[in-house]
Amino acid sequence: MDASLFTSILFATVVAGTPLIIVALGLLVNEKAGVLNLGAEGMMAMGAVAAFAVTHHSASPWLGVLAGMGAGIAMALLFGVLTLTLMANQVASGLALAIFGVGLAAFVGKPYEAVALQAVPPIRIPFIADIPLIGEALYNQQALVYFSWALFWTLLWFLHRSRAGLVLRAVGESPASAHAIGYPVVRIRYLAVLFGGAMAGIGGAFLSVFYTPMWAEGMVAGRGWIALALVVFATWRPLRVMIGAYLFGGVMITQLFIQGSGLQIDFPSQLLSSLPYWATIVVLVAISRNAGTIRLNSPVSLGKPYRPES
Amino acid sequence: MLELEARAEPSRLMSWASPLLAVALTLAGGMVIFTALGKDPAEGFRIFFLNPVKDLYGVSELLLKATPLMLCAIGLAIGFRANVWNIGAEGQFMLGAVAATGVALSFDGTESALLLPAMVLAGALGGAAWAAIPALLRTRFNANEILVSLMLVYVAQLFVSWLVFGPWKDPDGFNFPQTRMFSDAALMPMMLEGTRLHFGFVLALAVLVAGYAFMNRSFAGFRMRVAGEAPDAARYAGFSAQRMVWIGLLLGGAAAGLAGMGEVAGPMGQLTDKVGSGYGFAAIIVAFVGRLNAFGILLASLLMALLYIGGEQAQQYLNLPSSISMVFQGMLLFFLLGSDVFIHYRLRLRRRAPQSD
Amino acid sequence: MPNQPTPSSLPHLPSDAPRLQLRGIGKVYPGVVANEGVDLAVQPGEIRAVLGENGAGKSTLMKIIYGVTRPSSGHLFWEGTEVHVENPAHARSLGIGMVFQHFSLFETLSVVENVALALPGAPALDALAQRITEVSERYGLPVDPRRRVHALSVGERQRVEIIRCLLQNPRLLIMDEPTSVLTPQAVRKLFATLRQLSAEGCSILYISHKLDEIQELCHTATVLRGGKVTGECIPAQETPQSMARMMIGKDLPHCVHGAARTDGELRLRLAGLSHASEDPFGTDLEDIHLDVRAGEIVGIAGVSGNGQQELLRAISGEEVLAEKFPVQICGVEAGRLKPAERRRLGLCFVPEERLGRGAVPGMSLADNALLTAARGQGMLAGGFVRFARARDFARQCIAAFNVKCGGPDAAAKSLSGGNLQKFIVGREILQAPRLLVCAQPTWGVDVGAATFIRQSLIDLRDRGCAVLVISEELDELFEICDRIAVIAQGRLSPTRPAGTTTLEDIGVWMSGMWPAADLEHQPPAGMPTEPADA
Repeated sequence: MDASLFTSILFATVVAGTPLIIVALGLLVNEKAGVLNLGAEGMMAMGAVAAFAVTHHSASPWLGVLAGMGAGIAMALLFGVLTLTLMANQVASGLALAIFGVGLAAFVGKPYEAVALQAVPPIRIPFIADIPLIGEALYNQQALVYFSWALFWTLLWFLHRSRAGLVLRAVGESPASAHAIGYPVVRIRYLAVLFGGAMAGIGGAFLSVFYTPMWAEGMVAGRGWIALALVVFATWRPLRVMIGAYLFGGVMITQLFIQGSGLQIDFPSQLLSSLPYWATIVVLVAISRNAGTIRLNSPVSLGKPYRPES
Repeated sequence: MLELEARAEPSRLMSWASPLLAVALTLAGGMVIFTALGKDPAEGFRIFFLNPVKDLYGVSELLLKATPLMLCAIGLAIGFRANVWNIGAEGQFMLGAVAATGVALSFDGTESALLLPAMVLAGALGGAAWAAIPALLRTRFNANEILVSLMLVYVAQLFVSWLVFGPWKDPDGFNFPQTRMFSDAALMPMMLEGTRLHFGFVLALAVLVAGYAFMNRSFAGFRMRVAGEAPDAARYAGFSAQRMVWIGLLLGGAAAGLAGMGEVAGPMGQLTDKVGSGYGFAAIIVAFVGRLNAFGILLASLLMALLYIGGEQAQQYLNLPSSISMVFQGMLLFFLLGSDVFIHYRLRLRRRAPQSD
Repeated sequence: MPNQPTPSSLPHLPSDAPRLQLRGIGKVYPGVVANEGVDLAVQPGEIRAVLGENGAGKSTLMKIIYGVTRPSSGHLFWEGTEVHVENPAHARSLGIGMVFQHFSLFETLSVVENVALALPGAPALDALAQRITEVSERYGLPVDPRRRVHALSVGERQRVEIIRCLLQNPRLLIMDEPTSVLTPQAVRKLFATLRQLSAEGCSILYISHKLDEIQELCHTATVLRGGKVTGECIPAQETPQSMARMMIGKDLPHCVHGAARTDGELRLRLAGLSHASEDPFGTDLEDIHLDVRAGEIVGIAGVSGNGQQELLRAISGEEVLAEKFPVQICGVEAGRLKPAERRRLGLCFVPEERLGRGAVPGMSLADNALLTAARGQGMLAGGFVRFARARDFARQCIAAFNVKCGGPDAAAKSLSGGNLQKFIVGREILQAPRLLVCAQPTWGVDVGAATFIRQSLIDLRDRGCAVLVISEELDELFEICDRIAVIAQGRLSPTRPAGTTTLEDIGVWMSGMWPAADLEHQPPAGMPTEPADA
């Protein structure tokens, strides 16, 4: 493999992994608080369409990202009201959010289907971007790529070094105990859910404004679900989320490169395109085989509703 | 300050009233959306909810749309009752369609009356086989069936697309992604002259009755309900959790596959890459709105079919994207989940400091 | 109990107002009045018992004081000033600490993290660990601050809870049923700690239904029945009988107990049962031997979390073993059999958790009858359920076991704990088991139902059934069992006849110290006298 091909594959892998990192880290916080939101796909779709529309009208991708984040938060708020205030089933509500979000995004996005956006130029970090082979791939990237790294380091510190992170983990492990010693469980869970929504919205915005950049119905293409799988795969640890996201990015990009390389391989493109989905399944199987690992690491109250007695 | 207070006993009244409340709220929400989009809400209501059922043909179309929905939903409901979350009915639907198409194309030109039953069987088996993957991975490797069954939807879509772009493409089809039209022996017989309503509807009703008998009268159905409500009690009683995963997924897959068969052998008459039109996902909503029971699913599937056709009508007469029906469907489920809280809780006013008076 | 120290006299501290005073406190839940018009006062340094049987409203009252729930009516005065305790953090800032019966600890977090969560501000963990060590030494509560809670024994967890309170220098400490998880020796140590605190001026509210403990420890007592105060007393001046009358309105009922048979047919044999727990936080079973014969009740004592759950699952078949021989039911090697197959051999089983395991909360009693009795009692026909049969069976069970409920269609969760337990025990007994395994038969049940259930077990034994009871209540085991063994850290002691064993011996055994198995039929000569608390 020549050096420039390596650099471009690495570059594309990082880009493809970025939305997964952002969304999955958001979901990780969400789930650490004990709330399972299966609606990531819907929140991403709404984030993508809102970001696209606002960028289109304002010509500012940053306003677009804000809008995407806002849309994600709004969707998460809907989920929060249902599951945290009205105590609806989290699985059913998450599925509803996924279906509704994808549908609403398709509806709202109809007028934007044939519109193109200007590509946002990458930000080049002086000096280190000159490192051979990896410099161009890692340090001449979109701002949101750097954001995803900052998010990772922040979360690492937050979850394991900060008081607030300790409280979050406590709420996810035993909401009843957290309530008994006086923490506002429902409010903390709301914050976690909204954070998850915000990150899903930004992840969606990255897809429609920076990655493609365009809007099409179904463009999220299961990335919300893959992000959910990543959190399980990572057994709720940020570092593994990063590794997993880049692995998936790599699988997506490699199959694209094979398809686009003109290599004379006798393999249908559609079946090649299904590789990331198979990869998700394989990875899930690999990590879930050991039921003990999952049980040891998963937030104990995940998916279980909690209502403090008054 | 308003607050929720737990009821001593769940309200029977509310468990019936809640779906009606949800429907009413969805209608109200729809009026708001129409108004917001600058349409006359009364006109919108007429086109969306009344136009589709204004004549016999309209009703037949409604029943036609409801057919795959009720089939998928009853299958899903069996699993959902046991907390087996198969959300890949869409993929199982497509694989059922593929399997039935395979049989139809292999025996193209035969006049045999056995062809259609063979396709029905193939459809059910195709769907069940696709659902067997998450079942196997869940029971053997503990892999989450939600994510696996969902991933397989994307795989199924790409698989169908490969078939109709590649090996199964109609040589005389001007390069459209579709197979040949099925021969007459491979098509469902019609129920009503001049409509597209076929016997798949009767089949779906029969499956609904069977689903009722299974869930409400059989011991296997009882075991699944116990597993869903109290997994530890199921384990204590010795009901095998693995068997329930298999039953839930296989029945769900078979029913979805049957629905897929009904589409290719019914209104479509061929396999195209548009075969999955979201029925498998909509059926999740149908199952919940129908309260996971057979009669409820019948009503809910009619309602959801109305929303589908209403969306098409809105596109035609109101110049709105047809995806508006997905918005309505989502709203319906949200409102239902929200109103359900009043089965177990009531609203009451509470003063901030109860002691001081 | 011999050499029982009487409570030291109340230290006299100058104070105008009681430390805590409740006036007319009431709490109404939908359909339930948990507390009504409760008056209570506790002075500085006073150890006051709040005495009442299960369901008398003790825990609700304490949650009100600690701000976990809010009262529906009444007034609460803290050192003379009326306060509305908004939440537990507010209570702690006032100087109120509480040790919960079901601990409010986080299993996957370390001791120091757990403590930090209950302290205001954001204390540095290293300094906090140092303070924990200091407090634990001062009050004789040894615990390693860096260990994770799931690795601690139940007794150690309670120490963490107490230390967590003490670090905030509380002026009132609430202890909710603290001794239900301790060995008799550990109870002594706890009492020493509490007396030390009392001497330093800390008031203590001590919730219990154990009369002997209250007599030993408490200066004063407030008695609750049906959510109301039914009396106040000075325990040292009362007898257990007189306090029991205040508590339940009549004398404590007792079971009628005939002599045991020892020559009955072998119904359960555990032959070297070893099994690794499925639960990563569970206890592994190690080489367990036990015989239970027809016509006897064998009891297994032990502090919870020592392998009881695992042992029960291994016997019931909820966890299938790798080999056949370690569990033998009515002469059949059953280690590989599933629960339904073991039931066909004549095993019936009452689990510890009533709601969610022994019964499905949202289902009717008739449906709950189907849970275990469907096959044996002819409730099935060709894969379909004969619902009429299930209802008949439930009705029969309701009548025979005096279950107060709305009939066979009442949902399991609408029954009180005692009545649901009677239904579950009844459902199992009516299937005429050859072997009944019963976990915590009267946990959280009112005195009347508890006596009824114990008597039912004895009657079942007299009809020739083999009964195995696993319980944390030593008094209960001594009341109904013919032989008693102890489980500790996944190992089972030899059995001893209940009549010739003392509570004291069993208490020592509960910390894992019993004579080697080959000494089974000899007097326990080399038995340690100084208990090492696990």
